[in-house]
Amino acid sequence: MTETAVASEAAAATDHGHAHQSSGHDTSTGISNNKLMMWVFLGSECLLFGALISTYMLYKERLPDGELGPSDVFDIPFTSLSSFVLLLSSLTMVLALSAISRGDYRNFRIWTLTTATLGAIFIAGQIYEFTVFYEEGLGYTTNIFGSSFYTLTGFHGVHVSFGIIMLLAIYIMHRQGRLNQDKAETVEIVGLYWHFVDIVWILIFTVVYLFPQPESVL
Amino acid sequence: MTDLAVNHDSDLHDGSHDDEHHDHPSDWFYIKIALILAFFTLIEVGTYFESVHNAPEWAMYAVLTFLMVVKFVMVGAYFMHLKYDTVMFRRVFIAGIVLAIVVYVIMFLAYNRFGFA
Amino acid sequence: MAITEDRPLALESGEVVTKNNRPLGALTRPQSDVGWASWFTTVDHKKIGIMYGVGSLFFFLFGGVEALLIRIQLSQPGNSFLSESLYNQVFTMHGVTMVFLVIMPMAAAFANYLLPLQVGARDVAFPRLNAFSFWCWLAGAIFLNTSWFLGGAPDGGWFAYAPNTSATFAPGNGMDFYAIGLQIAGIASLVSAINLIVTVLNMRAPGMTLLKMPIFTWMMLVVQFLLLFAVPVITIALFLLTFDRSFDANFFNVAEGGSPLLWQHLFWIFGHPEVYILILPAFGIISEVIPTFSRKPIFGYPFMVGSGIAIGFMGWGVWAHHMFVSGLGPISVAAFSLSTMFIAVPTGVKILNWLATMWGGRLRFNTSMLFAVGVITMFTIGGLSGVTHAVAPSDTQQTDTYYIVAHFHYVIFGGALLGMFSGFYFWWPKVFGHKLNEKWGKINFWTMLIGFNVTFGPMHVLGLQGMARRHHSYAEADGFTVWNQVVSLGSFVIAIGVLAFLINVVVSRREAKRNPVEMGPDPWDARSLEWSTASPTPVHNFDKDPVVQYQDDWWHRKWGTNDEGTIVRIAHPEDIADDGSNTNVHLPSPSYWPLVLSFSLPIIGYAIIFSLWLLIPAGIMFLAGFVGWALEPADDPEAAHGHDDHDDHGDNHDAATVSVGAEGASVD
Ligand SMILES: [Cu+2]
Repeated sequence: MTETAVASEAAAATDHGHAHQSSGHDTSTGISNNKLMMWVFLGSECLLFGALISTYMLYKERLPDGELGPSDVFDIPFTSLSSFVLLLSSLTMVLALSAISRGDYRNFRIWTLTTATLGAIFIAGQIYEFTVFYEEGLGYTTNIFGSSFYTLTGFHGVHVSFGIIMLLAIYIMHRQGRLNQDKAETVEIVGLYWHFVDIVWILIFTVVYLFPQPESVL
Repeated sequence: MTDLAVNHDSDLHDGSHDDEHHDHPSDWFYIKIALILAFFTLIEVGTYFESVHNAPEWAMYAVLTFLMVVKFVMVGAYFMHLKYDTVMFRRVFIAGIVLAIVVYVIMFLAYNRFGFA
Repeated sequence: MAITEDRPLALESGEVVTKNNRPLGALTRPQSDVGWASWFTTVDHKKIGIMYGVGSLFFFLFGGVEALLIRIQLSQPGNSFLSESLYNQVFTMHGVTMVFLVIMPMAAAFANYLLPLQVGARDVAFPRLNAFSFWCWLAGAIFLNTSWFLGGAPDGGWFAYAPNTSATFAPGNGMDFYAIGLQIAGIASLVSAINLIVTVLNMRAPGMTLLKMPIFTWMMLVVQFLLLFAVPVITIALFLLTFDRSFDANFFNVAEGGSPLLWQHLFWIFGHPEVYILILPAFGIISEVIPTFSRKPIFGYPFMVGSGIAIGFMGWGVWAHHMFVSGLGPISVAAFSLSTMFIAVPTGVKILNWLATMWGGRLRFNTSMLFAVGVITMFTIGGLSGVTHAVAPSDTQQTDTYYIVAHFHYVIFGGALLGMFSGFYFWWPKVFGHKLNEKWGKINFWTMLIGFNVTFGPMHVLGLQGMARRHHSYAEADGFTVWNQVVSLGSFVIAIGVLAFLINVVVSRREAKRNPVEMGPDPWDARSLEWSTASPTPVHNFDKDPVVQYQDDWWHRKWGTNDEGTIVRIAHPEDIADDGSNTNVHLPSPSYWPLVLSFSLPIIGYAIIFSLWLLIPAGIMFLAGFVGWALEPADDPEAAHGHDDHDDHGDNHDAATVSVGAEGASVD
């Protein structure tokens, strides 16, 4: 049998099997390359956010007396609301994935846009929060609490924003007909990223906002 | 027949490791998970209000950390499908988490517990 | 789509592909894979590997000249050949260059070229991301070196201790270039690490189980995991530094309660794994070279793999041995002292295994093997002086003296760099189709080895005499003069050795052109899969996907045992190796976008340093790269099958592209 014949046979096989094109049947582990890439990347992100969170925790304790600190600026009820919004977006994300996996494109579009919108609401809340803190006297350069707080939550915000861009991208690709049931894996991968960002917020919300704070100086 | 084709044949129709077509939980299941997560978040937020503020600090830390870990694991296991997916994803992710915890906790101890800084 | 590559490795003909040859409607996708221009758009792991190699050798000359400048300055007491300020820049850039722009990319050169071949794949998992990694590294390297012309190079030492790097104490732009340049190079390392991890785990040929992979592949896998987890730590450290310097944050501002010690912790949490990132590739290389030239399988393969993994794990628990004099407190010092002593154990296992591999072997001492033996001996010396640093009281005495400089040069030059040279001589025929000249090779080896020992041996003495590193000059009365002159002399002998290598490259190439010798696919009678295909490697790597049965599979295809149990040749490499004649392999297509995307990053760097207005062109370039990449399919059916029509869903396609029509149907 010639190489060409073999290749065309492979092509014929791929023809009806191409729905799983990116789901990794060609790999030695049977795992999709793309999904593995995302998980490996998320493993790396753990050390990134770990460094930021430890910097924040360390500097919270080192904040000199009399400086503006967490309990002077935090508005827990407001941030709790933001946390619920982000949590809800994780649910809508899985619903979007579940919809596209069963070919329910209408619900896929609804849930994808809802997820992006919830993310945008979270970001808007963060911008509002930062503005209020700034007006209360906590700038980025005010003290080590300001620097480390804004850096940590800012990094998280940038991650959320990037997630929103990815959600819009898959929405547009779907609209163009380039992302359908057979490419549900792409949605799953974006979802992994999105849930990871949510997980990081679970950590930040507890560690930064809810852990007992030193007394207010005001 | 050459290896090229053999390779294709053996892998192509073998759906056993085609992860995304695992019987994923239903939408209702996800909603239940989200409700539980929301409930835990409510408890967390609840610790903030005055009534529990008198609790000893260590108890606050313990409860909050516990709830945080539970939420973390639930999102990872169900929303991110770690519970259903191949073990390699779990390993890579847990490696990152464990490494981060170990390294940064040691750093923290070196500062605050054993350090002069 | 942008975020992930849909068809990471659409190789065999007939993959499903979306045809879109004009991703932005304007530019035609590059098609050619020959000619000089093809190097800028290539996604071929072999070409990218070669470019990493050329790039790292180029910067090796840079870093080498910087070293010579340092040695000229220190050859006389009270010398003023370099000003204090220039001296600071030169030693800082020497360190940064050699670590980030030489050893790391040189290892990346070997990894890129060899990992897919050694696991029996046609390319890495994400070819365009691979090109992005290379260009990103180059962009960072060039960015870093433009600092020489834009207000002065970094001058805070390669580990850049705070608060010396703050805007107050380092007022020029040098440390900004350091922080942002390494940030860009870090992105390259991270992306490349992810890519190679997926490649090794997922792209192995049938039968290539993890415990049949060559040791080099194993060591590089460990290195990629170290990079994966270490790079984000320095990423954060560098961000904090940039925010401090450019946006007045307070992370290392002592007056505001910031902690310079935080920099040390973050830097060395990255920095110690980085040491293994530098040395493990060399360990991998000589683990291929020594068995080949001893004509024996590697001794204790599982121990070799296990000790590599152990080093990878333990490397995370020793970082504070760089900080014994920073006031850590006795408990931390004791703990890190102990863990540092333990990490010598797996390294010792490796050295024993190499020796046991050579023991009783039929040794061939060609240049590659000489360099490999050089690694064992020189690295052992460096390892032993390293153990003296684990002893905290002794380390306290030696910190910031030339003893430390001697130690890490024995490890990084005597270990990592000699290992790379061993690899050059070993894989040169695989990559370029001809061997390097042995006569020049021996000159290269012996001048480098002797020069190396004359240079760095006496530094032990100077350090113990109390000569501090990083000082611009010393006084006649210090009594350091004689040894310093020996050291400076040695550094020029090394330079001659490096020159001999470059001459060898030219001489061997000329000789091969004038007088081509048919050396076959496997000139060393080697053991791993890369030798089972033609040399130089054909663009599609293997004519047919290899199927693996044994560890050292290629060796087992050539040699078997007869009834008496003696090893006999069962096949000649020329007869069983692929000849590279299969042209019906669909390869990933070249792309501009990795280049465009990566070179937007240094412009963002200039924007942060000089003027935020530059963010406009940088942003446009970044977006163009990003969108162009997103809209371009990972592979292009046109390129491989030679069709000129840009008409989608055409039914005039041959059998191999039948699936294009199917894709069209699903799109509509
Ligand atoms: Cu170290």
